[in-house]
Amino acid sequence: MKEKYILEKRIEKGDFNKGGEASSKLKDLLRKLGVDSAVIRKTAIVTYELEMNIIIHSEGGWIRAAISREGIQIFAADDGPGIADLEKAFQPGYSTASDQVREMGFGAGLGLVNIKNYSDELKVDTKTGVGTKIRAIIHLV
Amino acid sequence: MKVREVIEKLELEVITATHPGKEVRGGYSGDLLSNVMAKAGKGDLWLTIQGHQNVVAVALLTGVAAVIIVENLEVEKEAIQKAEEKGVNLLRSKLSAYQLGGRLYQMGIR
Ligand SMILES: Nc1ncnc2c1ncn2[C@@H]1O[C@H](COP(=O)(O)OP(=O)(O)OP(=O)(O)O)[C@@H](O)[C@H]1O
Ligand SMILES: [Mg+2]
Repeated sequence: MKEKYILEKRIEKGDFNKGGEASSKLKDLLRKLGVDSAVIRKTAIVTYELEMNIIIHSEGGWIRAAISREGIQIFAADDGPGIADLEKAFQPGYSTASDQVREMGFGAGLGLVNIKNYSDELKVDTKTGVGTKIRAIIHLV
Repeated sequence: MKVREVIEKLELEVITATHPGKEVRGGYSGDLLSNVMAKAGKGDLWLTIQGHQNVVAVALLTGVAAVIIVENLEVEKEAIQKAEEKGVNLLRSKLSAYQLGGRLYQMGIR
């Protein structure tokens, strides 16, 4: 069955202006649907980190979200460059962010850690030179 | 305690205060946004040196009662615009995060 997305948003590389829009929109949607506030908080954290990583580290991509019996599913897909060393990328403090980006408070190397900690299921597919696809699921309590 | 009372007691500069009646439940101080995302909670006062628009996005997502820019640091025009638009309380203090946090703690915001 094809997923029916409740959110589908293009995220452009370097577009800090719009940083947080996809996650805010999803948060509002879930609130209107009456989803539990702890679930919304986890979803907001995970979606924000995925969204910012696309803006900061990728060539651009998409954030999509769906609701199923499993929970809230968040999909991030980007056009590259992929993550060369996944194990390293998930280490707290590891970041390749530029000084300019760090000055704005990004680049703590905690985004993927947050994504892992606040999602109940996580799948990462990444290929150097191709792109990164991440699916996170947050269970409905 | 309401945001309005905190503004008065600590003589904070109001940059935007679209929701001064918001209830303050606690506080968090930090400048690394991923950290703040995970640690700041609904109703917190968030003390930071960051004055750009991504702060407004994080404030909105975490549901903090207000952002307080410390040490009278500069706040970008885009941040002010976005705060107004999204209804985020944006305040400023001349105190450092350390000093301001101490004062807030003394006032019973813990
Ligand atoms: N979508 C992506 N495409 C390519 N590389 C990525 C992507 N997401 C993360 N990375 C790599 O993994 C590293 C760690 O990511 P993580 O989100 O944990 O930290 P960060 O984005 O550098 O800092 P923070 O999230 O704390 O602001 C990044 O610095 C980057 O090298
Ligand atoms: Mg990140």
